[in-house]
Amino acid sequence: MIASTLITGLALGSMYGLMALGFHITYAVSKTVNFSQGSSMMFGAVMGYTFMVTLGFPFWIGIPAALACCAVLGLVVERVLVRPFAARGSDAWLMATVAGGIVLDNVVLFTFGKEPRSLPSPFTESAIEILGTGAYPLQLIIPVVGLSIAMALTLITTRTKLGKAMLASVQRPEAARLTGVNTQAVIATSFAISAVLAGIAGLLIAPLFNVSSGMGLIFGIKAFAAAIIGGISSAWGVMIAGILYGCIEALTTAYIGSSYTQIVSFSLVILVLVTVPNGLFGRADLKKV
Amino acid sequence: MKTFSFQGMTRRAFAGTALAAMTALATPLAAQETVKIGLIASLSGPSSKSGEAITRGMLLAIEEINAGGGLLGKPVELIRRDDEGNPGKGLTAARELVQREGVAVLFGGLQTPVSLALVPYMNQSQKPFMGPWAAGTPITKNGAEENFIFRVSAVDEMVDIALVERAMTVHGAKNPGMMLINNPWGESNEKGLTVALEAAGLPTAGIERVEANDIDVVPQLTRLKEAGADAIFMVANVGPSAQVMKSLERMGWDVPVVSHWGPAGGRFSELAGPRASDVEMIQTFTFSGNDSPKAAATLDALKAMFPEITGPADVTPAVGIANAYDAMHLTAMAIRNAGSLDGPAIRQGYYDIETHEGLIKTYENPFTPDDQDALGPEDYVFTRFIEGEIIPIE
Repeated sequence: MIASTLITGLALGSMYGLMALGFHITYAVSKTVNFSQGSSMMFGAVMGYTFMVTLGFPFWIGIPAALACCAVLGLVVERVLVRPFAARGSDAWLMATVAGGIVLDNVVLFTFGKEPRSLPSPFTESAIEILGTGAYPLQLIIPVVGLSIAMALTLITTRTKLGKAMLASVQRPEAARLTGVNTQAVIATSFAISAVLAGIAGLLIAPLFNVSSGMGLIFGIKAFAAAIIGGISSAWGVMIAGILYGCIEALTTAYIGSSYTQIVSFSLVILVLVTVPNGLFGRADLKKV
Repeated sequence: MKTFSFQGMTRRAFAGTALAAMTALATPLAAQETVKIGLIASLSGPSSKSGEAITRGMLLAIEEINAGGGLLGKPVELIRRDDEGNPGKGLTAARELVQREGVAVLFGGLQTPVSLALVPYMNQSQKPFMGPWAAGTPITKNGAEENFIFRVSAVDEMVDIALVERAMTVHGAKNPGMMLINNPWGESNEKGLTVALEAAGLPTAGIERVEANDIDVVPQLTRLKEAGADAIFMVANVGPSAQVMKSLERMGWDVPVVSHWGPAGGRFSELAGPRASDVEMIQTFTFSGNDSPKAAATLDALKAMFPEITGPADVTPAVGIANAYDAMHLTAMAIRNAGSLDGPAIRQGYYDIETHEGLIKTYENPFTPDDQDALGPEDYVFTRFIEGEIIPIE
């Protein structure tokens, strides 16, 4: 039972981690997050279905096209739902992004349709045997993709000019502007990347689940929980917390019972918040007074 | 400029004007030009196909009723509201339809939790409620002294007996397990299945829950497998039922799945993948394999009314259409028996129905104060999804 449970947990957790990385990247750059991250995930899956199934595009066109749509969505979220409020020091972006997600869910409900659809994938056509249990190849691909993206993000932020500009934008915005960094463009880019990460999660999970306008809500909540547990300021932290969260969910279901899954997993979130307020891998912000 | 003022009016004139205004406001309800029938159901989301099926069944019956002169000399009008499967939204819609629209009878509650939320309000407001889908036992058996809740659909406690009987007789199950949706519908069936298993002298391998958004149900199924389950009773709507079947496929566990009718409500074949056709699912009616003249005539009428319907495969779930169609005709008989749109009179009108030749069966005294469910175990049929169509099986 342990092997099949861990495979389930790894795939689920990596998806939470991917979405949590989206929360991390905007927070790291602008101290704001897109609370419609679940809707961005849904948008990626819906656009993937539209390009690859409805319009019949091959995957090598359909997937980049869907992710490009997610990037545009991220830019719109930043420009319309975050920047106007953040610019005047208001926290109203929090409610604005929640509202934006609800609007997007409903727009998709009326345009994409009411019924969930199935997104076929060559990686879920038949199960393979691994460690004595059955698994779809996609379930093994998801953790690899998630960890690779976490590694790439770490390298980008620490080794590239863009990454340094991103960090400078939040650490010393005025100084960054004086040295020629377009902080607004950097923040907008972070929202685009955040939505793309959610879109990747949506495209990866859709063949295992389904595609529908309401699919992102619960994943968005769990991904935010992962971001908080891991420490939202740490890319590796949120990814590892996502995987841990998914594994704890699966292990609770397998060994205690499905009636207790939500109780145990969300109690864990509260426990972490109480004992380690900055998350398992996060650092407290230093504020000069 | 001259302005209107109440100051120049005498008390008597003011009282008269107020009374006239109140009468004018009350007139639309009392003397409305149609007999309004309300419907609250999931018209969006994973179960929307079921909501549309109920709508089609009701519209077809209403067209036939109106062609015969309507009810009480007025045409019948259907007013729909979407509850999105949400009990709170369902209750808000019920208040609107009863209080503002003045519906004579309210149909609806596709899901048991929504119906259970509406039951106290409908009994309190003394308006008849007709359930054409939700099967939760406490919906009609709600303990109210004056019960205004009627149903033309399956009833969980009777369905559960049928599920246990099938698992035992067809599959030789001796230690079945349960996969139940984590909501009041699942709870209703947990009670029913537990009672039915006890009556049959069988243990249960375990009771597991599935959430509406569960991606992977392997951990729950693994628990059942390790407990030695030799059959699974499944009670869940389309989405979670599909996830159960996908997880079984992934595990490579070939176990009989005997199901309540939840999978019938949407694109189950598409969502559940290759194992969709393994599910043995209870229904109250199918057009496929049904050679009754009434079924053929109704299918023809549906094709004429809804051009997108070309054959039995396009009327999935047929159970929603059939239940709603018969329920609407029985409701029309109740209103004719009542001779008015008064709630208690219509309730008595349901009890006064003697015989009705319906689509599902010929109803004989379908409702009594002790039994407000028109269908029973003798009306159940087991089916499978074959190429997107629900086909009866032996």
